[in-house]
Amino acid sequence: MELEVIDETQASGCSSSGCGSTEDQLAHLPESIQNKVQNHPCYSEDAHHYFARMHVAVAPACNIQCHYCNRKYDCSNESRPGVVSELLTPDQAVKKVKAVAANIPQMTVLGIAGPGDPLANPERTFDTFRMLSEQTPDIKLCVSTNGLALPDAVEELSKHNIDHVTITINCVDPEIGAKIYPWIYWNGRRIRGVKGAKILIEQQQKGLQMLTDRGILVKVNSVMIPGVNDSHLKEVSQIVKSKGAFLHNVMPLIAEAEHGTFYGVMGQRSPEPEELQNLQDECSGDMNMMRHCRQCRADAVGLLGEDRGEEFTMEKIEEMEIDYEAAMEKRAVIHEGIIEELEEKRARIAGVSIPSDEPSIPQDTRPVLMAVATAGGGIINQHFGHATEFLVYEASPQGVRFISHRKVDQYCIGNDTCGEKESALDGSIRALKGCESVLCSKIGFEPWGMLEEAGIQPNGEHAMEPIEEAVMAVYEEMILSGAIKNENNDLSALA
Amino acid sequence: MSVEIVDLCVNCWACVDVCPSDAISASNTHMLVNAKKCTECEGDYADPQCASICPIESAILDSGGFAINPPGSLTGIPPETLAEAMNEIQAR
Repeated sequence: MELEVIDETQASGCSSSGCGSTEDQLAHLPESIQNKVQNHPCYSEDAHHYFARMHVAVAPACNIQCHYCNRKYDCSNESRPGVVSELLTPDQAVKKVKAVAANIPQMTVLGIAGPGDPLANPERTFDTFRMLSEQTPDIKLCVSTNGLALPDAVEELSKHNIDHVTITINCVDPEIGAKIYPWIYWNGRRIRGVKGAKILIEQQQKGLQMLTDRGILVKVNSVMIPGVNDSHLKEVSQIVKSKGAFLHNVMPLIAEAEHGTFYGVMGQRSPEPEELQNLQDECSGDMNMMRHCRQCRADAVGLLGEDRGEEFTMEKIEEMEIDYEAAMEKRAVIHEGIIEELEEKRARIAGVSIPSDEPSIPQDTRPVLMAVATAGGGIINQHFGHATEFLVYEASPQGVRFISHRKVDQYCIGNDTCGEKESALDGSIRALKGCESVLCSKIGFEPWGMLEEAGIQPNGEHAMEPIEEAVMAVYEEMILSGAIKNENNDLSALA
Repeated sequence: MSVEIVDLCVNCWACVDVCPSDAISASNTHMLVNAKKCTECEGDYADPQCASICPIESAILDSGGFAINPPGSLTGIPPETLAEAMNEIQAR
């Protein structure tokens, strides 16, 4: 079967041109690790614009309960971890991987992430890995786990083509753990509360150490849960770094009542974007922080932030004839081209991105956050009302750096049946909290007024300009117009 | 004697993997227990294994027809203290 050609100009994935461009988080890593991660979309900030990943949902069972997870996972309209539409057998998974790899040659990474815990499904997970490491040797394999069964799986993991493991570690204190994990299944028993959390934490830490001892790359995911583990995660960050994790990814809790999770139903709040950012900043002193994670589904396919899973349902895959040998040759050529382009871009950015010699900006000028609406290509080219996410940049005398993406609550947008238009706009404004300006190609009269009222200056004057240059230009305009009062100077004037 | 899995089951397969009697299988609707094979784990484990890993309250019944994991047993919050727990969580 011939696959329909997807319009490449369509907005998809993250569209920031310079995620991490001024601050390469991976630069301090040994070269051997950098080589391992350079074409991994989840680990390398700029690679995620070029390389794609997919997850196969072969692991339904779980050995613990997390309060942010609902084990009923058959929704096709949601995009978040743990959710999946179609469970696959290992044979089906291999077929799907080959079909996707042949049709999306940028796909370099295959992950098993659930919808349960991959290592609580050792047979299904390892059958899949075994077949893939034999049949698709040009694909990197990775796995994510809650860590409970990890120590027992390290030996088997090290046999396959697996060089990346993600462990979700939300705490190192069992008292805090008991508020996140109501129970674990351990040695034939359900163990509840602090006792269960203690075992889980011990297994996670042991597994982390065993993996790094063997030179297997470990990324640690943490879910930030306000009032439960938020300030505690700084300690977690220090500990996992000291044990050799190479990246820490602090993600916001997703807890909507309609998802049916314990936290959602009970009304546990999610962190505000500002709170998340502050925590990420506080942790970054201790280790590499990952800021471009899009919290994708356990069966996601494509670039980060997009999901092309619909094109590869089992029904459609059954009809495809895949010659993987031929596909591999084509893939190798394409990967080479992408790496070349990436390296060129990395070199170019290293040369121009920091206007530190800009004489007009005093070094003690405070930094400013700005949001950008873009449909891709690294330019400001999206209407405010069409943005489903905003990219947040920080401008400072040191230059412009990408901070995070902020999603707009999608379920309220463009759908007459769910809530008023008012709430969509409120949602966008809430998502922009902490930003002082929003750059977009165009913006309506009504949101303009509401944004101004919220203290966010809309700006449509830099349409079709490169993001970093426009952000710097607006920063300079703000300094000239006196919108950024230099606190230090004010103080000295008072003295 | 046998446990029964009812239609609250979400088909997560966890019980299938831990059953020592190979008594559980998938169906078009939900997991089913073969009553001829199920021993309720007597002699093997203190508690039926399926019910020790099942994430859904009231999805597995014992031979007397009672939920092995009644409401509140898996969240750790009994129904009578639910309102209190909710207030505490919402204050975070």
